[in-house]
Amino acid sequence: MSSKSPHPRIAVFKFASCDGCQLSLLDLEEELLDVVGAVDLVYFPEASRRMAKGPYDIALVEGSITTHHDAEQIQHVRRQSKTLISIGACATAGGIQSLRNWQDVSEYVRTVYAKPDFISTLKMSTPVAEHVPVDLELRGCPIQKHQLLEVLSATLAGRKPNIPTGSVCLECKRQGTACVLVTAGMPCLGPVTQAGCGAICPAFDRPCYGCFGPMESANAPALAQRFRVLGLSQPEIERSFRTYNAWAWQFRRVSEGSAGAPAAGHEGRQP
Amino acid sequence: MRRSFYRLDRSGLSLILDQLKHRGYTVLGPKACGNALQWRPLDCLEDLPGGLSTLLAPAQYRLQTGSETCLFGNPGGLDSIKAILHPPRQTITTIRKAGDQLEISQETPPAAKLAFVGIQSCDLAAVAALDRVLLQNGEADEVYSANRANAFFLSVHCTQSGPTCFCASMGTGPRAKAGFDIALTERLEGEQPEYLAEAGSSLGAKVLEEAHALPAPPEWMRQSTEATQKAAEAQTRKVNRQAARAVIDSTFEHPRWEQTAKRCLSCGNCTSACPTCFCVNYEEQSSLDLASAQRVRLWDSCFTLSFSYIHGGSIRLTPKSRFRQWVSHKLARWQDQFGVTGCVGCGRCIVWCPAAIDITEEFAVLEQAAGSAVTAGGSPHGH
Ligand code: SF4
Ligand code: SF4
Ligand code: SF4
Ligand code: SF4
Repeated sequence: MSSKSPHPRIAVFKFASCDGCQLSLLDLEEELLDVVGAVDLVYFPEASRRMAKGPYDIALVEGSITTHHDAEQIQHVRRQSKTLISIGACATAGGIQSLRNWQDVSEYVRTVYAKPDFISTLKMSTPVAEHVPVDLELRGCPIQKHQLLEVLSATLAGRKPNIPTGSVCLECKRQGTACVLVTAGMPCLGPVTQAGCGAICPAFDRPCYGCFGPMESANAPALAQRFRVLGLSQPEIERSFRTYNAWAWQFRRVSEGSAGAPAAGHEGRQP
Repeated sequence: MRRSFYRLDRSGLSLILDQLKHRGYTVLGPKACGNALQWRPLDCLEDLPGGLSTLLAPAQYRLQTGSETCLFGNPGGLDSIKAILHPPRQTITTIRKAGDQLEISQETPPAAKLAFVGIQSCDLAAVAALDRVLLQNGEADEVYSANRANAFFLSVHCTQSGPTCFCASMGTGPRAKAGFDIALTERLEGEQPEYLAEAGSSLGAKVLEEAHALPAPPEWMRQSTEATQKAAEAQTRKVNRQAARAVIDSTFEHPRWEQTAKRCLSCGNCTSACPTCFCVNYEEQSSLDLASAQRVRLWDSCFTLSFSYIHGGSIRLTPKSRFRQWVSHKLARWQDQFGVTGCVGCGRCIVWCPAAIDITEEFAVLEQAAGSAVTAGGSPHGH
């Protein structure tokens, strides 16, 4: 903690991302004043011109690492921060921009930019944890603001934050939502996706599209096999696992086709 | 008590609902909510899913319009009342700072007065099983007690079985033997259904008398028994419950566990949908200003890693060990712990498993592997 203020010093850093996750902090509306009263937001360029130097008690890191500069910068952030929390699908899995990991980035650069020589970029978009040790990950695209609040409250109280790592289905059932996979045959990623969002999509009659990334023991190949039984084609299945958390290895097992062939075994008794 | 039998038509049944409301009950029953039938407060009989039918299969549930006028013709198609008696999310304690004092309040709900209309036999058995765990197993659970205290059960015998039902083999249905205040048999002969009403408690008899229900013709009783018997015989799924414990004990290392665990998603839909799974997790929460804290209780599942977490790690790390925990707790270990089986044969885990895993199919494979030595003691239907 800082010698001047009794409150923890918090810094918010951004790498390759859309800003949606750090905006969840400002989006706390009702709780925002409490937050500002309880912590010292010493570095948050999105909200304030104040840009205090480290060290920081907590660094909230948004975005994936996509340039050489990012790769250097994240080392610096880590050295300056007691606790490093990566927030959102970009920071925890590489984000939607990790789709480039399967493409030739230099070709993009040549096509898009008039003067490609000015562009210095890495071949891949990778999560923060591939570069430095991360203390906690908050998932989601964007993160759930109450999870962020929970992490801050827990830090202030010196307790472990309640960030469940089981499936979205557990939340879905607790809410009493009728499963859209079972009642409507929708390809829902809930069974392999980490809880935390409150199972919003199924509550609005939409399948979960996995924005919280793989749950603790995601069995993506088995779910892909079910999708096949529901009538999805192989390209459709691969696409459904290749979105915001495409680079997570649990989802890559399906989208890279290593689990592409129908698995041995059977689908259970059919009607 | 001696059972008395009455006949009711639709308006008679409507009167019963009014009687219950008059007595201060919140009347709940199956209602079509989006894609499924769920327990909801009932205003009148029109709220019941008349003309709707459920199509059930592993990992499949469809709500369809049928032509039938019956109100209760959807065996296995309704969610369980566990969510009402043992809520998925419950604040247990709130602590507030008041000066240098701590104000601690227990958030026990007041004793409810709930009437469940249309509850099926398997679910009455599930309530009895939950009673064993949450009322009679040491100190009673305050939340469950409060919700359960004055419950009135207006049950319906199943005269049809759902394709995923196996209550007959579990000895829990399709005819309710106990636990109800009134049990109905829905009879479809004319245009409109009629009901044979069987009083199962003195309160049930009183409510029927107050609604001026007339005695039922004697052959109605026989016909009702025949109809539920036929429904029992129509069930294609079964679990040999007398042999269950021995089968599970002798197949602990059978490769089937591993094979099915490859299909299992560890998602916990089965335990959440199960009417008897009671496991919960407690979360401690605190406010940012540290002026208040709460203890919140949430449904948990033995399929999560945190469920078996003790200092240093989780005991059940593999999907196989978690899948085995679920099946063996439901079919065997409950008997050791609570003296009844944890599975009432409702089939919900089969319907709501996104991977179409079928506990009866799993058991059949294990039973065969266990061999005749184990199964000799039990008859195929387990009666
Ligand atoms: S709708 Fe999706 S998240 Fe909800 S229970 Fe079904 S599979 Fe799981
Ligand atoms: S284990 Fe399955 S069939 Fe048995 S009571 Fe639970 S949900 Fe019903
Ligand atoms: S099967 Fe699992 S969730 Fe259900 S009661 Fe047993 S341990 Fe609890
Ligand atoms: S048995 Fe089915 S419902 Fe249960 S955890 Fe496995 S996949 Fe999910």
